[in-house]
Amino acid sequence: MLGALIIVFREVIEAGLIIGIVMAATRGVIGRGRWIAIGVCAGILGAGVVALFAGAISQAFEGAGQELFNATVLGVAVVMLMWHNAWMARHGREIAAEMRQIGSEVSEGAKPLTALAVVVGLAVLREGSEVVLFLYGIFAQGTSGLSLLSGGVLGIVAGAAFTALTYAGLLAIPQRYIFSVTSWLIALLAAGMAAQSAQFLYNAGVIDRMGETVWDTSWLLSEKSLFGQLMHTLIGYVSQPTALQIVAYIGTLAAMYVLMRIARYRPEARPVRV
Amino acid sequence: MRTFLTAAALAAFVALAPAAAQAADDFTLTIKDHKFTPSELKVPANKRVAITVVNSDDTPEEFESNSLKVEKVIPGGSKATVRIGPLKPGRYDFFGEFHEDTAKGVVIAE
Repeated sequence: MLGALIIVFREVIEAGLIIGIVMAATRGVIGRGRWIAIGVCAGILGAGVVALFAGAISQAFEGAGQELFNATVLGVAVVMLMWHNAWMARHGREIAAEMRQIGSEVSEGAKPLTALAVVVGLAVLREGSEVVLFLYGIFAQGTSGLSLLSGGVLGIVAGAAFTALTYAGLLAIPQRYIFSVTSWLIALLAAGMAAQSAQFLYNAGVIDRMGETVWDTSWLLSEKSLFGQLMHTLIGYVSQPTALQIVAYIGTLAAMYVLMRIARYRPEARPVRV
Repeated sequence: MRTFLTAAALAAFVALAPAAAQAADDFTLTIKDHKFTPSELKVPANKRVAITVVNSDDTPEEFESNSLKVEKVIPGGSKATVRIGPLKPGRYDFFGEFHEDTAKGVVIAE
C-alpha cells in the first residue's frame, strides 16, 4: 500500500507543483478558478483517453509515438508559458496597480488564463495517464488490489495537499513581488520542459546530435530522491544532462527573456523627440 | 537564390535527419512477473543502441532510467523499443517504475 501511495504521490506532485505556480501567478484574476478547474478536468479526461490508447500511441510512428507525443505535449506547454510571460510583461504592472487600488479582484487578465489552463491540462494529462495505467495494473492484478488501490487514492489526496501547500507558500510572497517571482518560476519551468521535450525528440530519433552526457551531479542530488524530483519539475534539474538538453534549456530562457523585453517595450511611453 | 535556398534546406535536412544506418544490433529485455531478464545487459559503448523491451506481464510497466534518460510506458502484453546512448563505458541502472521493488536491472556499456 505504501509503495502505491508513494508512486502515485510522486506522479501527482509533478502536476501539483505546476498547478500551484499557475494559481499563484493568476492570483486575484477573476475567473481563474473556473479556468484552472477546466484545465484539471480536461487533463483528467485526457489522461484516461491517453491511458486507454497507450498501446496504439506506443506503436505509432514506428514505435516512436510515445516519445513524439510527450515531446509535443511538452512543447505546447512551453509555448503557452512563453505566451503567458510575455503577456504579463506587458500588462503585469497595470494589473498590480489595479490590485492595489481596488483590492484583490481584477477584471483584466482573462487572456493568459486560457494559456495557463492549457498548461495545467497538459500537465495533468501527462502525469495522470501514468497514474491511470498504474492503477489499472493494480486492478488487473486482483488479489492484493484493494490495499494497493487505497494507497493510490491516498497518494492522490496527498498530492493534492502538496499542491495546496505550494500555493500557500507562494502566497506568502508579498503582493509586490509575486508577479516577478512567478514569472521567474514560469521561465525556469518552461526551460526544464523544453529540455525534456528535446530529450524525447532525441529518444524518438528525430534529433540525432548532441546526445553525449556533459556532466554528472548524481552524487550530489539524484532525481530519484524526492528533493531531486521536485527540483527536476521546478527548475528542470537533470543530474546527467546532455549537450542537447543544456542547449534547449538555455535557448528557452534566452527566448523567454527576449520575448518579455519586446512585450514590455512601449513606444508611446517614451518621451518623443522630434 | 532559390536554388541556393533549396540546397541549404536540403543540406540542413540531411544534417538533421536521423542516421539511417543505425545500429542493427539487437538487444532484448523481457519483463515477466515484474522482473527484468536479463537483469544485466551488455551493450557497446559510444554508440546508439536500440533495446526492445518485451512486457509479457498483463499489467503495464514504465521502463525508466535517469542515467539512460529514458521513460517509456509499455502496456501489458506488448513490446517497445527504447533508444539509448552514446554511452561512456560504465554501469547504468534502470527500473520499472510501477514495480520498483522487483523490476530492476543494469545496462553495462563497454
